[in-house]
Amino acid sequence: MIRFLEFAGRPLVFFVEECGKILLLLMSTISWMFRPPFRFRVMIKQMEFVGVNSLGVVLITGAFTGMVLALQTYHGFRMFGGESLVGATVALSMTRELGPVFTALMVTGRVGSAMAAELGTMKVTEQIDALNTMSVSPIQFLVLPRIIAAILMLPVLTIISDFVGIVGGYFVGVGLLKINSGIFMAKMIEIVDLEDIFNGLIKAAFFGLILSLTGCYKGMHTIGGAEGVGKATTQAVVLSSILIFISDYFLTAVMF
Amino acid sequence: MIKLIKISKSFNGQKVLNELDLDIDPEEITVIIGQSGGGKSVLLKHIIGLIRPDSGQIIIDGVDIANLNDKKLTETRKKFGMLFQDAALFDSMTVGENVAFPLKEHTQLSGKEINKIVNDKLNLVGLDNITHKMPSELSGGMRKRVGLARAIALDPKIILFDEPTTGLDPIMRDSIDRLIVSIQKRTKATFVVISHDIESTFMIAHKIAMLYQGKIVAVGTPDEIRSSNNSFVRRFIKDLKAGVRDQGSGVSSQESGVRAC
Repeated sequence: MIRFLEFAGRPLVFFVEECGKILLLLMSTISWMFRPPFRFRVMIKQMEFVGVNSLGVVLITGAFTGMVLALQTYHGFRMFGGESLVGATVALSMTRELGPVFTALMVTGRVGSAMAAELGTMKVTEQIDALNTMSVSPIQFLVLPRIIAAILMLPVLTIISDFVGIVGGYFVGVGLLKINSGIFMAKMIEIVDLEDIFNGLIKAAFFGLILSLTGCYKGMHTIGGAEGVGKATTQAVVLSSILIFISDYFLTAVMF
Repeated sequence: MIKLIKISKSFNGQKVLNELDLDIDPEEITVIIGQSGGGKSVLLKHIIGLIRPDSGQIIIDGVDIANLNDKKLTETRKKFGMLFQDAALFDSMTVGENVAFPLKEHTQLSGKEINKIVNDKLNLVGLDNITHKMPSELSGGMRKRVGLARAIALDPKIILFDEPTTGLDPIMRDSIDRLIVSIQKRTKATFVVISHDIESTFMIAHKIAMLYQGKIVAVGTPDEIRSSNNSFVRRFIKDLKAGVRDQGSGVSSQESGVRAC
């Protein structure tokens, strides 16, 4: 029995340990936040990488999420004559949940993995040690700009995703399924509050923190050459995704 | 002056350094030799504070860095330059940006002044007109030269070398050896080199220290080491020489089964 518990509990212990180490990295990063030099140029470069370069994938994901949501809810709501609520449902789902979560997952796949791979490669080729020997903190030089960039850019990407999702939903609902345009818009404006959008953006910023912190942590702790970099990249994506889903539940419970 | 006093370090229960003592004289080239996987790189990383010992003292200019906090350790590291085994150049920066990096971080020099120092240091290591190139465009020997130029950019008092000739052909190896000697003569800095290349060691060293099973088992000038009657030292040198020769025939010293002591 004890052996079984040991076997079953090992992944849980590993998960909790990893979360603890990630929190330690976060504390260390916060302590470097207020110490000069402030590396604005590196941060702008990271903002371009996280934000501008993720735009295409976020546009496509957001638009099709809104479109499929309109399609699915239309068929469900039609059974009891509630087609007029399709617009509100799409907007509410996009702003509260699907916009922030899907954007975070897509950015995790694109950016979180790249952060883990880049920092992991730097670790195994001793570039991070080289920074240390030159009296430059790798946390301040590498981790901090990436985390700030992700925290700032995720809400921007999310609001774009929300917008194109709603436009996609409108296109399917009004354009293809022939829902009355006025009712679609009126119900949406009636039901969706500014608070829904705002809370969704707070979630997005939090997800930005999670995916960048996890990517950097996995990169900074990479061992074992090319294979190690591959593992770190995969683990960064998996762990970030899990943490995003778990934290989404708790954030939703607190906010809404 | 660098003084290591009873340094011990274990990884996962395996003792890599075992109450190691070593004095490194200033303004000299000290080469620490030992077998691959014997803890040479770990020792070097202790000297610059990248790894902290489980016990013991590391005295740099009278200060024990083993117990310094991170802030003071960062300050102490400004006395050091280090050339890593594969140079550890930043992939995302050009050669010029790599060499300029420590200058930009730790000096208030203008861009023009930094460019002049970068060109001077690159000239010193025998490289011209490559500031715009990326590290991926360079050969192994050129990467090491650029790494050396970066290590000496701030004119540090102590320069550490992690196996500077590993992976180089014999001509390039001799060239790097000559470069190390000439730069040490010019800068009068303290050079600490770790190596398992016995020929290079005899060529560049003022003092040789032998690391075996986590301890320094012999220290002396190249002549003293060469003429030592110590059976361990003789077998060790013979083993390493055989290893160097065998690399050409594809048989390593470890595969040959020869062990010192």
